[in-house]
Amino acid sequence: MGQVQHTAHAEHHQHHHEESFVSKYVFSQDHKMISKQFLITAIIMACVAVVMSIIFRLQLAWPGESFGLTHFLLGDKWAPGGVLDPNMYLGLVTIHGTIMVFFVLTGGLSGTFSNLLIPLQVGARDMASGFINMLSYWFFFLSSVLMLASLFVEGGPASGGWTIYPPLSALPQAIPGSGAGMTLWLLSMAIFIASSLMGGLNYVVTILNLRTKGMKMTRLPLTIWAFLITAVLGILSFPVLLSAALLLLLDRSLGTSFYLSDIHIAGEALDHTGGSPILFEHLFWFLGHPEVYIVLLPALGITSEIIATNARKPIFGYRAMIGSILAIGFLSFIVWGHHMFVTGMNPFLGSVFVFTTLLIAIPSAVKVFNYITTLWRGNIVFTPAMLFSIGLVATFIAGGLTGIILADSALDIAVHDTYFVVAHFHIVMGMSAIFGMFAGVYHWFPKMYGRMMNTRLGYAHFWITFVCAFGVFFPMHFIGLAGAPRRYYAYTEFPMFNGVVDLNVLVTIFAIVGGLAQVIFLYNFFYSLRRGPRAVQNPWRGNTLEWTTPVEHVHGNWPGPIPTVYRWPYDYSKPGKDQDFVPQTVPLEAGEEEDHG
Amino acid sequence: MTKILIILVLVLGVLAVAQLARVYELTSKLRGKREEDISPGDNRMNAMLMWLFPVAYFAFFIWLIYKYGPHLLPIAASQHGRSLDKLYDFNWVILFVVFFLTNALLFYFAGKYVHSKDRKAFYYPHNNKLELLWTSVPAAFLAVIIIYGLRTWNQITGPASPDAVQVELYAKQFDWTIRYPGKDGVLGATDYRLINGTNPLGIVTKASIVQRLSEIDKERAEAMERTENEILPDDKLEELSDHVAYLDRMRERITDLRTMMEEDMTEKGEASPYAHGADDVVLKEFHLPVHREVKLLIRSQDVIHSAFIPHLRVQMNAVPGMTTTFKVTPTITTDSMRTVVKDDKFDFILLCNKVCGASHYNMQMPLTVEPAEAFDTWLKEQEQKPFEAGPAPEAAAVDTTLAAPDMAVDTARMQ
Repeated sequence: MGQVQHTAHAEHHQHHHEESFVSKYVFSQDHKMISKQFLITAIIMACVAVVMSIIFRLQLAWPGESFGLTHFLLGDKWAPGGVLDPNMYLGLVTIHGTIMVFFVLTGGLSGTFSNLLIPLQVGARDMASGFINMLSYWFFFLSSVLMLASLFVEGGPASGGWTIYPPLSALPQAIPGSGAGMTLWLLSMAIFIASSLMGGLNYVVTILNLRTKGMKMTRLPLTIWAFLITAVLGILSFPVLLSAALLLLLDRSLGTSFYLSDIHIAGEALDHTGGSPILFEHLFWFLGHPEVYIVLLPALGITSEIIATNARKPIFGYRAMIGSILAIGFLSFIVWGHHMFVTGMNPFLGSVFVFTTLLIAIPSAVKVFNYITTLWRGNIVFTPAMLFSIGLVATFIAGGLTGIILADSALDIAVHDTYFVVAHFHIVMGMSAIFGMFAGVYHWFPKMYGRMMNTRLGYAHFWITFVCAFGVFFPMHFIGLAGAPRRYYAYTEFPMFNGVVDLNVLVTIFAIVGGLAQVIFLYNFFYSLRRGPRAVQNPWRGNTLEWTTPVEHVHGNWPGPIPTVYRWPYDYSKPGKDQDFVPQTVPLEAGEEEDHG
Repeated sequence: MTKILIILVLVLGVLAVAQLARVYELTSKLRGKREEDISPGDNRMNAMLMWLFPVAYFAFFIWLIYKYGPHLLPIAASQHGRSLDKLYDFNWVILFVVFFLTNALLFYFAGKYVHSKDRKAFYYPHNNKLELLWTSVPAAFLAVIIIYGLRTWNQITGPASPDAVQVELYAKQFDWTIRYPGKDGVLGATDYRLINGTNPLGIVTKASIVQRLSEIDKERAEAMERTENEILPDDKLEELSDHVAYLDRMRERITDLRTMMEEDMTEKGEASPYAHGADDVVLKEFHLPVHREVKLLIRSQDVIHSAFIPHLRVQMNAVPGMTTTFKVTPTITTDSMRTVVKDDKFDFILLCNKVCGASHYNMQMPLTVEPAEAFDTWLKEQEQKPFEAGPAPEAAAVDTTLAAPDMAVDTARMQ
């Protein structure tokens, strides 16, 4: 079937050279264009979320002070006299989290790189369904617009934290952000989930059905394995969040009691009885925990590829890497309860979750050791992408280890919902995933835009970002271990935290410098997009199929027939070869073994 | 003025970076160097930084421990808190070793194996023995961590002894109320529909039911009177009739509650939870006896809160609609703590640790831990005093049923 369809596609491509602006740039069904659309949207969303974090970091470092920036951005309503309003503080924290987790690191990361790389690396003309792929982007776009719009409604955006636990998120009496802002949040997320499901189904179908001749599952680049498992996780877990959100909508608007019971608020006893907020927590974290790996796995896949390419060395333990992706993917579904150790969940159930959660440390450790062994006796080329990939390993180590503390229910009692948690997940999930995303952008920029990004600016961007990442999140462990809770507008009312609050100033300074460093990236990205030096076909001397396509994008990816694959993607520095790389399209020589265990 | 200066500096900074990049690009072009070819100089610089970074990283870590270490995990003042801290120490040792080793290896290799034209990387795709090693060693360590952790967890969450002192922590936006069981030692049943200015926890007693019913009747009568005697716009009328319907539902449910209470009390007598509310002591003050086991019962009136007492290593969510528990035996009194930390203003703090609204960041209550005798005396005194509600939102309950939804927040701000 493959071959016939491919030829048909190639002809199709021959006949339709002229595409209108709208079908080429707006409602494009070409995976490469959709990938760029995802990336640009995610960059814009990320800028919004970073600016939000700067505003609340200013408040945390210098509580109650007036800031021109805060006043300029939020106006008199939310920053009277330049002092951030407590409700808006919670709103900013909530939307910062929502945007970063869902719109940047889920939509942005998977949307960009699954779309770009799946057809190119498995050897397909396009996604299984170009139309659904296009819909997936436009749903994503619509949900982004709705989420941003929620910032401007009366009462402000959703402000109960990105986890939107009811009853806080269900009752506008409890917090003004639970009015129209919350409704928009739920609508936006429902559309986002639809987008994510359409994308995910497409990714899975494409990977399973449209691989080129010779591309066995055991010859897939690790990027594709990671994208595959990510998509499966999304397909299985996002619908649960959708149902959680729908039930919340019903509770909010139709007076049902799925999550609400025995509430007396604003001087009135509510009618709701029999529901339980714990039900929501279970449903939310049934998505919420796999979500962590939906964010992380693509980054791990991307860096596996980049580290092998730039260490000029096969990734160590290819099969073990696949195995650990599968293990992490499976385990991620049975650990959600570790977010709920102190909610009153049965302690025995808690101990089961301790066990399953700590098991995840094993495949994670395997991954780290395999990365390190890949570097060992390598021949490392420090491209900006490589730097960010090594950065990911460092953040994965630091954040993974604190995960062991939080997974231990007894230890969690002392640090649950403190800054220790904030530090942990920002390092292990936020930083790792964003480093993976940056690595991907630097590495595949030539493939996306046919031009090169500036390397030196990439260096400056990496080193400042890397130092600031630790400068921001490392001290937070200490603030948290002192017992300081997260989502506090200020710590001025608690003398017991006086010993550590000055760390907030240090954190904010690093955050501002780190935020400004992203300007270097933005400049580099948008400048190189139009004016960067022209790229060659295979700038990093990689083995995978995307580097066999022409620099100028063509619809259908390869102008001729799709190449056949003869070997795994990691034959770097193979003994007996002249070059230090052997592309997947080079047939095995007589007597040559395909050696990966 | 300073603002303009800052903006100017930023703009100039961006321009400078842009120009530098441009110069670099042009010189590369002149030298015929392509962007993707990383020069040996660039490789060496990054390799050097790969070695410098961990030095700075570890130094920063050690400085943080040195400077802020004393403030971390504040002195444990409860029995389980001490075993928890031991568990922490055990885990820290393992984590620190792994942290330093893996980071050292990562950055050492990254810096050492920098690219050279004369060398080829070592083709080393896999080694089953090595992989087995670093699957089984972490697994072994984790087994120990899990077993030790769960033993501590089981001790902490095991059932409280039957003669533990019962204390209720009741959360609402944005303060805590504490309830002690009174002479009978048992906390009475509660129902959120009975909550009013004089009964902030909704304790079920015959008197509180009668009082609440008469309140509802009065409110209903007022609403009916307004409907009949005043000339009101349609939407206001509708609102009033909805309110009357709501009051009728409340009345019906409270009447049901009364029936249930009476039946339960006839059936079980003193064993009925409804028989114990009358002598409960409701306070805006929080005291605990030292060296006596306490069973904390945690409830919420509106949204999820969380009772967090860092020094006692107590944390448990307060979830509307259910009662959660946490058992704790304080081991250090407030007075001894004041001597230890050399601060005569020191107090243990009960704080809210689950985001609950605008004033979440200041929802706290000091806790006094005192010798058991002092605690008993104090509690006896409190039993004599009637509850003072203070300026709680309930005081205005009758009017707020029709008020704006922002009400709760405004009250919080006023406080």
